[in-house]
Amino acid sequence: MSAATTVAKREIKTYFNSPVAYIVVTVFMLIAGYLYWSQLFLEKQAELRYYFTLTPLIFTFIIPAITMRLIAEEKGSGTLEMLITMPVRDWEVVLGKFLAGLTMLAAVIGMTVFYAVTLSLLGPVDKGPAATGYLGLLLMGGAYIAIGVMASSLTRNQIVAFILAFAISFALFIFGQVNQYAPDWIAPVLAFLSMGNHFESLSRGVIDSRDVIYYVSVMVVSLVIATVSLESRKWK
Amino acid sequence: MADVMIKVESLTKEYGLTRAVDSVSFNVHKGEVLGFLGPNGAGKSTTMKILTCFLAPTAGSAKVAGYDVFDQSLEVRRHVGYLPEDTPLYKDMTVLEHLEFAAHMHGMRGDRVLGRIKEIGGRCGLANVAGKLIGELSKGYRQRVGLAQAMLHDPDILILDEPTSGLDPNQIAEIRDLIKEVGKERTVILSSHILPEVQSTCSRMLIISGGKLVADGTPDELRAREKSTRYRLVVEANGAPPDAIKDKVRTVAGVVQCAKVAGEDGAHTFDIDAEAKNDLRKLLFRAAVDNKWTLLELTRQAASLEDVFRNLTTGEESRS
Repeated sequence: MSAATTVAKREIKTYFNSPVAYIVVTVFMLIAGYLYWSQLFLEKQAELRYYFTLTPLIFTFIIPAITMRLIAEEKGSGTLEMLITMPVRDWEVVLGKFLAGLTMLAAVIGMTVFYAVTLSLLGPVDKGPAATGYLGLLLMGGAYIAIGVMASSLTRNQIVAFILAFAISFALFIFGQVNQYAPDWIAPVLAFLSMGNHFESLSRGVIDSRDVIYYVSVMVVSLVIATVSLESRKWK
Repeated sequence: MADVMIKVESLTKEYGLTRAVDSVSFNVHKGEVLGFLGPNGAGKSTTMKILTCFLAPTAGSAKVAGYDVFDQSLEVRRHVGYLPEDTPLYKDMTVLEHLEFAAHMHGMRGDRVLGRIKEIGGRCGLANVAGKLIGELSKGYRQRVGLAQAMLHDPDILILDEPTSGLDPNQIAEIRDLIKEVGKERTVILSSHILPEVQSTCSRMLIISGGKLVADGTPDELRAREKSTRYRLVVEANGAPPDAIKDKVRTVAGVVQCAKVAGEDGAHTFDIDAEAKNDLRKLLFRAAVDNKWTLLELTRQAASLEDVFRNLTTGEESRS
């Protein structure tokens, strides 16, 4: 476990040593800023609905940008060999990478708390849904991060890792949008798999264990696949 | 023997259809500096990757410091320091940060970390570059960082994959001295495709070719295995064409091959390969006298490791 936190710390340091962190934070702040303030200025309403509706979509490309390098870069440059011949278990490496991505995401989301606080000074913001909404963002973002770690573990090419993570994340997002047109037999399946549907109730202030379990399951499954993918070098 | 540090038994590794390592067996004892020699792609790196638990063998077993590389890989990795080929390091970190990271990964904490880094860094000549980014260092310094990292946790066994490749002669000499010094207290395996490298640092060599172990012994033992001896003959033949001289030399009993190396103003130089059993110098001298050549030079060359290496590994390269 301590090896995982060592890996995570190193990754976080690398994020802030490179422009990635700053670009991701800036882009996300710009988009989130627009979503926050357009409602206020156009409709004179202080609410987070718009932000919470569109963030699941924005995550589908922001998060793969955070996660794409996590394992693929080490595979490409050969440092994975150095890392993994130290006394560390494969799952600890994967967990460390995931925690680093999650920390990065928490920093990005955390920055928008300033928007929420400012907004609440200008008008009545419903505090309950805001809090559970942010919890939901973290859960959903964590699931996207895990998918990104998995994609990054499958290739040595960061671009491939990005596209793969984006494709999977976008598919899970779009399931929620298309299920109303889908045939009856598959609609509930799509609705269940959709990232956005599970987020909806959280953003309305309802913490449903099914939603939490869904996100945690996505994380666990993705991270297990990533671990197996690392272990696959040892297949005989 | 009680002090066997590495025990490899019929180790085999297949990548799909190609067999990179083909039932290789050997032991390494405590305090040995073992040279792992072979042409590029012979299976050296693959064997080392198995010993350091990066890959798993297809068949056979390997025990390092008494632990199985597959079943007890964490224990193995605690006892081994590894320098992978091309020295992969985190280029966005400074030397100090990188070594700190490695120390933490090995479970070191607190004051011990800096103390140990200072000690090893000093030995590897890194004191002046501690604050520099690894990406900005020269190849020689990166190699030293890699070595420092491999030795940081004071491992019993060091496995170094081509520790001197890509370095200039001065840097090679430095790294060599470092390895020799380290080898006094530890077991070292180093791989190389450059002979003098292994000759000057190792007490024992393994030659691997096409995935198979083709020789195992001290440099002297391997030299003694060579079956042919090479002679150098320089004669002035008073205008006789070199081919005529060659034909005459070939008739001398024991000569296997005769090749013209160079010629200058009527003097011709030949390399003659002959069976090692008899000393041919007398016969060659006779031949020169009988043919009225003026003998300028006649030497018997001791079999070099280069010859041993070439003989053992040629013909196998196409397979590897």
